[in-house]
Amino acid sequence: MASSSSYNPPCAACKFLRRKCIPGCVFSPYFPPEEPQKFANVHKIFGASNVAKLLNELLPHQRDDAVNSLAYEAEARVRDPVYGCIGAITFLQRQVDRLQMELDASNADLIRFACSNVPLQATQPPPAGTRNGGRFYQAGGGVQISYDVPWNDIYNSHGGGMDGTN
Amino acid sequence: MKDSNSRKQGAASPCAACKLLRRRCAEDCVFAPYFPAEEPHKFASVHKVFGASNVNKMLQDLPEHQREDAVSSLVYEANARVRDPVYGCVGAISSLQQQIDALQTQLALAQAEAVHMRMRHYSSSAECASPSTRGRRSHNHHPKSSESFWH
Repeated sequence: MASSSSYNPPCAACKFLRRKCIPGCVFSPYFPPEEPQKFANVHKIFGASNVAKLLNELLPHQRDDAVNSLAYEAEARVRDPVYGCIGAITFLQRQVDRLQMELDASNADLIRFACSNVPLQATQPPPAGTRNGGRFYQAGGGVQISYDVPWNDIYNSHGGGMDGTN
Repeated sequence: MKDSNSRKQGAASPCAACKLLRRRCAEDCVFAPYFPAEEPHKFASVHKVFGASNVNKMLQDLPEHQREDAVSSLVYEANARVRDPVYGCVGAISSLQQQIDALQTQLALAQAEAVHMRMRHYSSSAECASPSTRGRRSHNHHPKSSESFWH
């Protein structure tokens, strides 16, 4: 009795391209028939031969990630034909900039609090020219203030002061 | 000579796309405004990743005022893919998301510390404000009078 269980349906790529899906098809591991839209998008944006070329230039263990990133980019480009996934990059970059500003402001507030709480005494000067996400303040009148920054313990290993080095 | 001016653009300097594709650069070439001959690498990477006909189709589908931005984003994506054939510009997205997570954590810590310091500051101000509390040492001490440590 011939085994009927060995039938493999064509992958989404070969179905889309209306061709026979041969056993060594480069697309079939990554474009299952249940996800036709994935290949449709990738084909529309990149083209089947470009994708095949790209996959053949990669090692087998890299291809899954490559296909997923291509599918992501293709879908983004279909949704936004002008900016594609660059729109997402721009949005995320703005978020990073905004968060960095907020963090700088928070750290500046903390330093102000620390300066107002610590009694004025000439202790060891903080390392010069270092910065980590905050501002480097020096009290007026030439008095060096050593300020503990308890919110970032790894920078206290030298006994206080902000050390921007890791 | 009369029509040389009108054909100057097309015949004299093919755009980078037509140069790479080795074809005549027509006057209404869709690539010419965005892929000047002086920037051959720009079209080379876009052609390698997307293919000239796909780019042509994408540009034709867009109104003219959007094409420049579209080309810029395509060039960015293509360059990212050439540099990183596995992740392309999705690698940049992933990296930015990680940066955002780290910044949010740091911000939350800094804000929590600010609250903590404010509370310490106010409580030490309250202690200094009431001199009758000086000398209090025991945690179990309860004031006999109606005076309170905390206002």
